Amino acid sequence: MSLFSSITAASLAKDIRLEWRSKDAINSMLFFALLVVVVFSFSFDPNAEESRRIAGGLIWVAFLFAAVVALNQTWARELRNQVLDAYRVSPASANSLFLGKALGNFIFVCVLEALMTPLFILFYNLRALGPAWQLIPIAVLGTWAIVVNGTFFAALSIRTRSREIMLPLLLFPISIPALLAMVQGTAAVLGGEFSARFWIALLVTYDVVFTIASLFLFETVLHAE
Amino acid sequence: MKRLFPIFGAITTALLGFALYEALIAAPTEQTMGNVQRIFYYHVSSAWTAFILFAINFVASIVYLVKRSEKADVIALVGAEVGVVFCTVVLVTGPLWARPVWGIWWAPGDVRLTSTLVLWLIYVSYLILRRFSSSGQTPMIAAVLAVFGALDVPLVYFSIWFFRTQHPQPVIGDGGAIDPRMMHVLLLNWLAFSCFAALLCWARYRLEVLRRDVDETLALESLLEPRGSR
Repeated sequence: MSLFSSITAASLAKDIRLEWRSKDAINSMLFFALLVVVVFSFSFDPNAEESRRIAGGLIWVAFLFAAVVALNQTWARELRNQVLDAYRVSPASANSLFLGKALGNFIFVCVLEALMTPLFILFYNLRALGPAWQLIPIAVLGTWAIVVNGTFFAALSIRTRSREIMLPLLLFPISIPALLAMVQGTAAVLGGEFSARFWIALLVTYDVVFTIASLFLFETVLHAE
Repeated sequence: MKRLFPIFGAITTALLGFALYEALIAAPTEQTMGNVQRIFYYHVSSAWTAFILFAINFVASIVYLVKRSEKADVIALVGAEVGVVFCTVVLVTGPLWARPVWGIWWAPGDVRLTSTLVLWLIYVSYLILRRFSSSGQTPMIAAVLAVFGALDVPLVYFSIWFFRTQHPQPVIGDGGAIDPRMMHVLLLNWLAFSCFAALLCWARYRLEVLRRDVDETLALESLLEPRGSR
């Protein structure tokens, strides 16, 4: 167990250090999300009531697209200098590597969300009519849902031609229930009309199911030859 | 086995013809919807057939992950391909029926409609993955995605089921008794469609096995023949 967590921590620390020095993923994600916000604000000219209804959708679509930018680099980065092959022959457990990668992506996307959310609130004059604290579990669980499947599918898509296109094609259909839960949960909190509880429960279920499935199958994917 | 194929084909053709006659002429006309309702026999039969094929894909994918048998991989591929064809029929006939009956082509809040669309999207992404990955790892990657897709199905259903309760929904002729003669025609059509699907799967299975044999032989030949010997 100590091996498990120390490898996870080492891999996570390596990814964070790399990101801290290059800032590739976070910069591209931030600029991409900013572009989406600006384009959306031109496309829709909503009043307060309207924006409350559609903001949940806009914000999560922007984050989902931006997350794909970072997820695409996760494993592609390890192909250079045959790092991935080194992982394969090392006795380290595949799952600890996967967890390290997924946690790293989770942190990057959370940083993106923390920076972009104030901008969204500013652009769309948002004010929650429901219990605003519920946005935190929705954001955390929703981000994990995107990131855990995204990290897994990124590992699948590096085995294909034109992998950059492949990742969203695999990730989006499977993420529809999670995306629906995030969007509807956020809209429920902002609108204050419905309860977001069911959506949070759905996100928890989704996260549990797909985290277990990923941990169960990742070793097969990593060692496939 | 090979001789059975044309016989099975002939039986399927006869069954499809008879089912068509039963659905279009013999079945009673529905009181409120009229003849439009007859599309129901194709719509529902295709849906059930597609779901069975997707289930076959799921089981075959798990068998592949456990045993690594190539046969299971071919069956999974065939199940997904033919399943997508039948699922497309469902998605085309659904709006054709909905337009005159509900007055709209598409109802985003309807559980079965939207779940079927998401199911279709998942299996199309499965087929795209298979197309884009040309390496020897294709079967494994595809089997893993099939497992993820199947796990997603109940979540899709529940999320849309709850989504619906917050949205206005079209009036669906849900519940209520179905005329036993209609049920009879529906089951007959389902049988005919299942036979048709089995026929397609059979042909596609043989084609895929042959294609793999040819690929293997070509690869071997290119190994045996030194370069420039031709």
